[in-house]
Amino acid sequence: MPASEARVLSTNPLKSSQPLGAAYAFLGIEGAMPLLHGSQGCTAFALVLFVRHFKETIPIQTTAMNEVSTVLGGADHLEEAIVNIRTRANPKLIGVCTTALVETRGEDFAADLAAIRSRRAEELGDCHVVLAGTPDFKGSIEEGWSAAVTATIETLTRPTTRRDPERLVILAPSHFTVGDIETLRQTVEAFGLTPVILPDISGSLDGTVPDRWIPSTYGGTPVADIESLGAACHCIAIGEHMRHPAEALRRKTGLAYTLLPTLTGLAATDRFISLLARLSGRPVPASIHRRRSQLQDAMLDGHFHFGGRKIAVAAEPDLLYQMASFFAEMGAEIPVAIASTPDNPILGAVPAEVMVGDLGDLEDRASGVDLLVSHAHGRQASERLGIPLFRVGFPIFDRLGAQHRRSALYEGTRDLIFEVANTLIAADHHHVTPESLNPLRNRETLHDSRPSPEPRRH
Amino acid sequence: MSLKARIATVFDEPACPTNREKSETVRKKGCSKPLTPGAAAGGCAFDGAKIVLQPVTDVAHLIHGPLACEGNSWDNRHAASSGSDLWRRSFTTDLSELDIVMGNGEKKLFKAIRTIVERHDPPAVFVYSTCVTALIGDDITAVCKRAGERFGRPVIPVEAPGFVGSKNLGNRLAGQTLLDHIIGTVEPDDVTPYDVNILGEYNLVGEFWFVKPLLEELGIRLRAVIPGDARYRDIATAHRAKANMMVCSSALINLARGMQERWGIPYFEGSFYGISDTSAAIRGICGLLVETGAPAELLDRAEALIAREEAIAWQRIAPLKPRLAGKRVLLNTGGVKSWSVVNALQEAGMEVIRTSIKKSTEEDKARALAALKDEKHLFDRLAPREIYRMLADGEADIMLSGGRTQFIALKAKTPWLDVNQERHHPYAGYEGIVELLKRIDLAVNSPVFPALRAPTPWDEEGRLLEGADRPAEVTPTFRKFANGVLEDADDC
Repeated sequence: MPASEARVLSTNPLKSSQPLGAAYAFLGIEGAMPLLHGSQGCTAFALVLFVRHFKETIPIQTTAMNEVSTVLGGADHLEEAIVNIRTRANPKLIGVCTTALVETRGEDFAADLAAIRSRRAEELGDCHVVLAGTPDFKGSIEEGWSAAVTATIETLTRPTTRRDPERLVILAPSHFTVGDIETLRQTVEAFGLTPVILPDISGSLDGTVPDRWIPSTYGGTPVADIESLGAACHCIAIGEHMRHPAEALRRKTGLAYTLLPTLTGLAATDRFISLLARLSGRPVPASIHRRRSQLQDAMLDGHFHFGGRKIAVAAEPDLLYQMASFFAEMGAEIPVAIASTPDNPILGAVPAEVMVGDLGDLEDRASGVDLLVSHAHGRQASERLGIPLFRVGFPIFDRLGAQHRRSALYEGTRDLIFEVANTLIAADHHHVTPESLNPLRNRETLHDSRPSPEPRRH
Repeated sequence: MSLKARIATVFDEPACPTNREKSETVRKKGCSKPLTPGAAAGGCAFDGAKIVLQPVTDVAHLIHGPLACEGNSWDNRHAASSGSDLWRRSFTTDLSELDIVMGNGEKKLFKAIRTIVERHDPPAVFVYSTCVTALIGDDITAVCKRAGERFGRPVIPVEAPGFVGSKNLGNRLAGQTLLDHIIGTVEPDDVTPYDVNILGEYNLVGEFWFVKPLLEELGIRLRAVIPGDARYRDIATAHRAKANMMVCSSALINLARGMQERWGIPYFEGSFYGISDTSAAIRGICGLLVETGAPAELLDRAEALIAREEAIAWQRIAPLKPRLAGKRVLLNTGGVKSWSVVNALQEAGMEVIRTSIKKSTEEDKARALAALKDEKHLFDRLAPREIYRMLADGEADIMLSGGRTQFIALKAKTPWLDVNQERHHPYAGYEGIVELLKRIDLAVNSPVFPALRAPTPWDEEGRLLEGADRPAEVTPTFRKFANGVLEDADDC
């Protein structure tokens, strides 16, 4: 993996900041209010990006650090913000996400918070405050998401040795959409198990129209479920970045976990379904077997469009692994794989040469590929290179319905095959010409440098 | 001439070896095997006629009939045009119940021709009859004649209604139409000793453009390629070519023979599929040209070009060979491809375990037998269930066929590649065979098939099988492409 030390410039960043990822995770908890501990702008930019992606009101607040508090210390701002939020929005949980500003200044946030909790115990009442250390200068969405879930478990989950054989904890990765989580829940329920999914954005960011104004999140993982998280039969963590929270849960409650790096693809879903069958002691329902068969057919019908295609993927590490594995399993090549951050060990398993970089790197390396895969900011590279962009991850601000697109389990993989294939088919508008097929052009070298002729659209 | 008489003429094909062997009475019955109701497959005569004529690019193709004939079949083939795209537009009179009851068909047809002429101003209009308009007795020949005079351009009646027979008969009726109405109607002023026609070449996905520059390099002038990427005028002047090459087996044999009889143009049969077949085709064209008066040095130049192009092709095939060697192919196509593709696949080290000889002529069969050595490798018709069994049992690694049978292979979780008309990749000439082998490589080595053939982790009742639930943390089941074999395969 080429190191990025020598990099002095990021051109068209691939990353979003770590506190954004943490706030995103808190949005998947019921009655939560993410609070970015930093200057107003930190929150405003994240908020705007969330709103553009979800087309929803996003509850998120700021400690509004100013010049004076930056010099003298931010504890007062933190305290004031927490009390104000408690008074105005009455959330069940305030998720504090630190930012580069306050982390660079370097304060003992945990001690400050402990002091605030005891000093303001009466005002806070049953409102929980969780602290996630998420400086912008490290990590990206996945790291922030993981840190928020870890902090939530460490703060809220009660030690227990009780095991509820019907309950299954699922730690969901940051790239799971509302659609993925809904499918996941139905699948687990089909085995007679009750899933506790953390974070669960399917109830909070699924684009519904409530009949009253609610200032915090509505839906999401209930705080009570997080408190009793250990009382389950098992924990399944999805994506390498969910190992930290799974470890935290195991340390606190002794609950064993299985880490599945991806739920996309036939083999990966087979593993998950087999695990559910074992945990529940029940046979695989016929409806799930039918979904599996549908995926097999989608693979058969779809592989023509993937075979030999060159695909450039730029994404967060676990999403990069998910997408690259999917494409490789369908017979495509991944000549360009760009990760947003370097630390996730999953990068070693990505079926391609991975470099850590940005969308500028994508643009530099992707010419001649058939498809770009990245979030919506990849559109500039797409326009300049004349290569279609398949949007995945966050943010997707120039397409509707991002939250309901699926890529997990049998049905999600099936959807993904169709969506990608349709994107490729729609892009095959280059009609063949006598010149494009002339065998005598580019003959000087004798090298077969020419790409295969474009297939014609149906 | 009545339709019945014309069909009899088409069936009486002296150039056809099958036909020659028949007795007088049998010959009169025609070569079309009677279709079995309830067990017929394949297109009708209208389909066959349209397949042959529709790739003529600058002509408006007007189908006179109710909607289904055209509405259910248009824009389904991928012949390529270097000019007009008028041929891709679908024109039909879309006869209604009222039209049929009231006998408005002819009037409607005439108005339809006028509308096309006003809107698109094509050099010619082809009018196709269909079962219903033939049945109700619309006289399209008369309408076409009248419209032609009125609008000052050829309006050509194509009388091949579906019920007269099979697709192959339709092909021949189309050839007859070209002969009767079009070829020889325009005198060219630019004839050279190097003028040739290619008959039965459809330029699917532009594949003839893999071949054309090679012929042009030799100074050969393509008077008309019929029908691929043809213009009306090319065909109208085709009678001044010095030689004809007939490509798609015998579908247009009556056209080749007719042109020989009327204008003394010699023809030979060849194929552009496969390296040795492409070379043989180039030799055949040059040989006929030299016989008809072109300088003999053409043959030497042809040999030099063949040597050069074959070397390049082999060089490019070499890296694919290890990936294809020993792969067993079930070839289920028929016609000329029953042998021309066999040679190509064997050249790349693959083994053709069976080839279909349905729709193949005796000569095709003989050539297929020569390539495969043993009768048992040839089959006339395999039941879908039998094909499925062969593939599911792993008797072949890939099936090459047309779209109709693709799902037999896919449902048997076996690689499949389209080698028929609906395909999306060009396979003709030296370039084309490299492309075909690349496509076979992609299909036969696709990781999708091993994944699909892996056993389901549970039994029919959904009960988990032993050892199925062992979740691996990260299982790298992939090839590293960046330094891996696929990249190498593209380099020579």
